[in-house]
Amino acid sequence: MIAVLDYGIGNLRSAEKALQHLGADARLVDDPDGAMAADGVVLPGVGAFGPCARALRDSGLDAAVRGVVGAGVPFLGICVGFQLLYEGSEESPGTPGLGLLDGVVRKLPPGVKHPQMQWNRLDLVPPAEGRPGSGLFAGVADGSWVYFVHSFAPERTGSTSSSCDYGGPVTASAERGPLWGVQFHPEKSGAVGLAILANFVATTARWPS
Amino acid sequence: MHTIRVIPCLDVDRGRVVKGVRFSDLVDAGDPVELARRYDAEGADEIVFLDITASADDRRTMVAVASRVAEEVFIPFTVGGGIRSVEDARALLRAGADKVGINTAAVGRPRLVAELAAEFGVQCVVAAVDARASGPVVGTDRTRWEVCTHGGRTPTGLDAVAWAEQCASLGAGEILLTSMDRDGTRDGFDLELTRRVVDACPVPVIASGGVGTLRHLVEGATVGGADAVLAASIFHLGEYTLSEAKAELAAAGLIVRPASTGLDGEGSPDPLR
Repeated sequence: MIAVLDYGIGNLRSAEKALQHLGADARLVDDPDGAMAADGVVLPGVGAFGPCARALRDSGLDAAVRGVVGAGVPFLGICVGFQLLYEGSEESPGTPGLGLLDGVVRKLPPGVKHPQMQWNRLDLVPPAEGRPGSGLFAGVADGSWVYFVHSFAPERTGSTSSSCDYGGPVTASAERGPLWGVQFHPEKSGAVGLAILANFVATTARWPS
Repeated sequence: MHTIRVIPCLDVDRGRVVKGVRFSDLVDAGDPVELARRYDAEGADEIVFLDITASADDRRTMVAVASRVAEEVFIPFTVGGGIRSVEDARALLRAGADKVGINTAAVGRPRLVAELAAEFGVQCVVAAVDARASGPVVGTDRTRWEVCTHGGRTPTGLDAVAWAEQCASLGAGEILLTSMDRDGTRDGFDLELTRRVVDACPVPVIASGGVGTLRHLVEGATVGGADAVLAASIFHLGEYTLSEAKAELAAAGLIVRPASTGLDGEGSPDPLR
């Protein structure tokens, strides 16, 4: 079972329905025990960083996120759900993130419209010498198009696995072992997005491996 | 990189897609889910559903349509028309719509834009601005455009450019700008209006109303400066495909997501379909 965490924020149906379309047993889960029992966990999120971070904490699901990530359960953060994995955000100073990935979330570069609300191409980061390739983008070509809606993005760090060009390079995804996150919306990115979600579903089917 | 989006618009009345000119002479044109699937497969970047249902009772049908679309279409879609409250918007967003478009209710109570943005985020809020030229500004030769509501029937006296700017500052993440003078005429977008709104608003602007040829789409993005171009009849009537629209924009030097959107970039459709 894949738990799509329901902490009272925005449109969760899209991620749930896309996973179900792929044949996964995806369900909205609003309790920590349900999240801990899942073979994979998806953390969606829309809106602003601060309200999402507070809602996650108030729901008690923040501890479950730390628990499943610590246990190595396949995990996918989407959009603001991805940003919450970092230490904090310029959007909501003083509201800490989960700190599961190093770095902070920054405003998009100046000189371009905010939000970025468009399809953009993925520039995949080649794996370092001797490291396994991206699991998130298995079978997905460099330059594939995905849909973005955001005004902030995590800074680029060692875990960044792709970026897009929007007034400069902007983090599009990060991967650290089974912990994955995407700034774009795979559930709204057509065939490419479904392929990315199918990669996630495949890792949950192998858990615990 | 700035990508121009191409957005087919479907008018929906009591759960069925209808075609008409300037909100009249409506004829049935099919099932919204089927048409949305077709446009998705052909390479639409987003889809807009405009609910033109008259009665509130029948409008609940649109929530069911949104839910069915969300099960089968995996690109962003907006639902506009008849949304009067945060609760109306919540029902559509929970059903699976990505954005809601508001017009009449926002003019009546601008705070609604801010309330929707606070509740769901600015990316969910599309301010639909229906504008009609109302003659030159007194003492000048500059055109003034007036906001209309209720499907273009009711003039409000509001200046359309200033209103669009106000919507953006209240929290609209996008402006859907329709020229009521051009809507249904196939004479092309009102490019002067589009440029004025694009220059006044810091958020993306979708140009709408009047597309009759692919050249009009290009002009909307180049002369008008729009971030996205919306059209209805040229796609419904099968005169042009999304693929031809994208090719025309690309040939003009604009960046578009290719109509073939498969994993190899060569147009493999959803492998599970």
